[in-house]
Amino acid sequence: MRLSHNDHSECVQSAQPWRRILRTVLVGTSASVLLCGLAACGDNTPSPSLTQSSAQAQGSYTEKLSGEFAAAGASSQKSAVDALIVGYSALQPNIAMSYDPSGSGAGVNTFLTGAVAWAGSDASLSDEQIQSSQAVCLGSTAFEIPVYVSPIAVAYNLSDYGLNDSSVHMSPSTIAKIFTGKITSWDDPQLKKENPDIADKLPSLEITPVWRSDKSGTTKTFQTYLHHTAPNDWTSEPSETWPNSLGQGAKGTPAVTMTIGQAQGTLGYADFAQVSGLGTVAVGVGSDYVAPSPEATAKLIDESAASSDSLGADGRFVIDVNYATQESGVYPIALVSYDIACPVYKDARTATYTKQWLTYALSDAGQKISQDNAGSAPIPQSLREKMLPVIDSITAASSGTAAKN
Amino acid sequence: MRTPDFDKFKPTRSSLAARKRTDMLMRVLIYAAFLVAVIPLVSVLYTTIVHGITRFDWYFLTHNMRGVVGGLYPYGGILHAAVGTLEITLGAMVISVPLGIMTAVYLVEYSAKKRLHKTISFFIDVMSGIPSIVAGLFAYSMFSLIFGPGTVNGFVGSAALSILMIPTIVRSTEEMLSIVPVDLREAAYALGVPKSRTIVRIVLRTALPGIVSGVILAIARVIGETAPLLIAAGSISSTNFNLFSGRMTTLPVYVYNEFQQGMASCPAGSALGTDAWGVCVPGIRMERAWAAALVLILLVLVLNGIGRLVAKVFAVKTK
Amino acid sequence: MKKLTADKLFRWTATAAGILILGVLAAVFVFLLIQASPVFFGDRAAAEKTISSFTGGRTTSFLAFVGPLIFGTVLASGLALALAFFVAVGIALFISHYAPKRLSSLLSYVVDLLAAIPSVVYGLWGALVLVPNMYPVWQVVNAVFGWIPLFAGPVSNPPRTVATVAVVLAVMILPIITSMARDIFVQTPLLQQEAALALGATKWEMIKLAVLPFGANGLVSASMLGLGRALGETMAVLMILSPGSTYGIHLLTASQNQTIAANIAAQFPEADSLGVSTLIASGLVLFVITFIVNYIARRITKGGGKLTFRKKEKK
Repeated sequence: MRLSHNDHSECVQSAQPWRRILRTVLVGTSASVLLCGLAACGDNTPSPSLTQSSAQAQGSYTEKLSGEFAAAGASSQKSAVDALIVGYSALQPNIAMSYDPSGSGAGVNTFLTGAVAWAGSDASLSDEQIQSSQAVCLGSTAFEIPVYVSPIAVAYNLSDYGLNDSSVHMSPSTIAKIFTGKITSWDDPQLKKENPDIADKLPSLEITPVWRSDKSGTTKTFQTYLHHTAPNDWTSEPSETWPNSLGQGAKGTPAVTMTIGQAQGTLGYADFAQVSGLGTVAVGVGSDYVAPSPEATAKLIDESAASSDSLGADGRFVIDVNYATQESGVYPIALVSYDIACPVYKDARTATYTKQWLTYALSDAGQKISQDNAGSAPIPQSLREKMLPVIDSITAASSGTAAKN
Repeated sequence: MRTPDFDKFKPTRSSLAARKRTDMLMRVLIYAAFLVAVIPLVSVLYTTIVHGITRFDWYFLTHNMRGVVGGLYPYGGILHAAVGTLEITLGAMVISVPLGIMTAVYLVEYSAKKRLHKTISFFIDVMSGIPSIVAGLFAYSMFSLIFGPGTVNGFVGSAALSILMIPTIVRSTEEMLSIVPVDLREAAYALGVPKSRTIVRIVLRTALPGIVSGVILAIARVIGETAPLLIAAGSISSTNFNLFSGRMTTLPVYVYNEFQQGMASCPAGSALGTDAWGVCVPGIRMERAWAAALVLILLVLVLNGIGRLVAKVFAVKTK
Repeated sequence: MKKLTADKLFRWTATAAGILILGVLAAVFVFLLIQASPVFFGDRAAAEKTISSFTGGRTTSFLAFVGPLIFGTVLASGLALALAFFVAVGIALFISHYAPKRLSSLLSYVVDLLAAIPSVVYGLWGALVLVPNMYPVWQVVNAVFGWIPLFAGPVSNPPRTVATVAVVLAVMILPIITSMARDIFVQTPLLQQEAALALGATKWEMIKLAVLPFGANGLVSASMLGLGRALGETMAVLMILSPGSTYGIHLLTASQNQTIAANIAAQFPEADSLGVSTLIASGLVLFVITFIVNYIARRITKGGGKLTFRKKEKK
């Protein structure tokens, strides 16, 4: 009896310091929360290289906006959009803009429900999607504006053999054969024949193809290229998923380049902006071999836009990329990513925002920002000049119907 | 009658030697086993500290990722993730601590040998085996059905984590309650103290240090959970204080996000070097991932240390 | 009178908490079922289209989609268990019988440290440190054991393979098995141990005769719990493995297998509503598998007596 009484008092005592500790923790936490203000807590001052270049374009963004704006779509655009958001926010400091990289398909579906102002998509819309866009665009059909063009490089790692700087030459058919397992070694006669200068340096090393294991527009673009340029060696229908399991799959472009970087003899396709430090293949175009660069890709877009039929009809600037180009100095593999937007929005705020955003993305400042920070190829001036009036025609519902009548 | 030849049973020298050899071999293997376990531990801690220390500074701890672009200075930090981790874990505690402790009280004090006891006990075992990602899917499904599809916020993450915390808390509390001597309870009853009062004032008080330690260890376990929060709480680059609205980044999710974004692209001709405007670090994301991993490990170790300390220092002598 | 109602209220609250937990578990199951149901009972064509897009057109049936994932999950975690088991038993014996008494609590703490490190950190370490360094190891394994189909080539480089994943998973489940095994070994009746030694047994023989048989049930149960943990592990697999969807058993070759958990985490961010349903359905399958494994573990523990309680009473 006495024993348990002692125990009791002991534990009552031991409970006291706890209360004190708890109080200290609670007071400390609430104090730090108060110190730190609210939404802007911990925000960084963005790099002036992003904000200064936009400041010159101040004039076009006189109508001030505030509040939250959401967009969603292709993850390929993410790094460009992130940089553009910082630049655009310098012009519109009172808005909070977000881009959810949920993927092209999901982004377009969200757009069609009206939950986001615009969507990024690696693929142009199907006729069916265009039809269903009437619901959210109040009777008119969606615009498709190419805003982001990314060269897709075929990257490899032969750093131990000193070949990462010497752009190995490969024809489309050779690339297709490597990715289907018909060429398996770096010293294959076909590769030696195409690379007379470095033929002796090509090692007797197994080629490990690396591909995207997730669904991606990059995969589809790369397959479409092979499908057009090496139809005999690449027989599968282009799709967003990789058709075989030779070599290694990796989720997302960064994982692809990481995998390539981790071993010798690897070869894979990846957005050009991500391949620093790796070797890039100069691909066969006509009788020439062209290494990837934003400039060589811009030429491709220029050429493809010129030959695309019905470009710009109903605001649909769908670029039919001419993968099989024979022009010299043109890099033939490029992903074109579109922004899907409505010509007419319900409220004036969203209309103004979308109009400003697209104008900004296509402006000189915007193009430079995405080229600097996402390694994209610039959209040709002539094409941009064609698209800007269309973007300018985006309106809100009331005035929109008036214009139609 | 001859005496039995006991020499026949004597171990031969070679068999003795063989036994000695086996003994030695096993000793070596067992020592080796320990070394094998130490290698990854040392390697993980070493790499995390060496890579993490580069970005581990005051700026990193007090800034979020808003306004950070590619590899350009400023390099951002983990403030938003720390806030997210703190709030989501607190949310999970608020759900699971009362529920877990009360369930343990029920199991130990009220339901001995009832069928419900067996059922609850069994299903707590089942619950402790739920894969964390399934807990995330559950929270996501529940909130989607109740609050509309695609509801993702901090509290959904709290709900997911509490599924993982409850069984740990129930089990540790149960253990602590069951080592409180029966004498204590009986003494209280003898004095006419009602049962509820006995439990709250005497049993729970006595077991308090053990329970607190169990709760802290449970927190340390869930604070590193990534997969369920990836699904339930999403991620965001700015600081979000509202647990009930909008996405919320947590430290583990931050580590994964930085890792999976890979190398940053730098504008052509940008300077490489130390922190200054215009400087660009291509590998910044990996540095941030390691630094956040370092913070996470420190956090977990500190929590573990506190948990053990509480159990040791405040432990009630039950003899 | 008033005290009595407070008493009742408290009792009810406690009972309600217990029942609420049952409710929560039921809710887990019911909500997952509701969300997964569109795959089975909804629009057939749409469901097939979703599964086809997940598998790159390889199949349109849910079973053919989830089958290789189940196989990959079991393969990776089974291998992890095989790697971890002997090491864990060794460490447990080291702590309980070989290490000096003063060291043993420190050593237990070191092992617990392994358990404390978050899985995402293991993933980071595995992907950036372990993967580039494992290639020579797997080459040796392939050269020596290449005649066993499991270790047949080709050896992928970088080795983002099931074998490498299993190593990381093994490190992660090591502390679980170790701490349970240690708790059991410590409880081996001292009399039995001393009797064995008195008969002239060497230390290892004593362990073989007294300690291991005593702990056998507990060891099986501990490994089952470890297996359960490995089955549900997501991040390490997601960050390391090059996924594939085959029934291949070539551990050293990449792009053969994928686990359910990692597949959910990989596909979830870009899945539409039907895609989410499909992933949730596969999550249910994972739930059932881990349930079975854990159930077996508990059954074995129960059969071997209440091990966890015995230890506490001894103190």
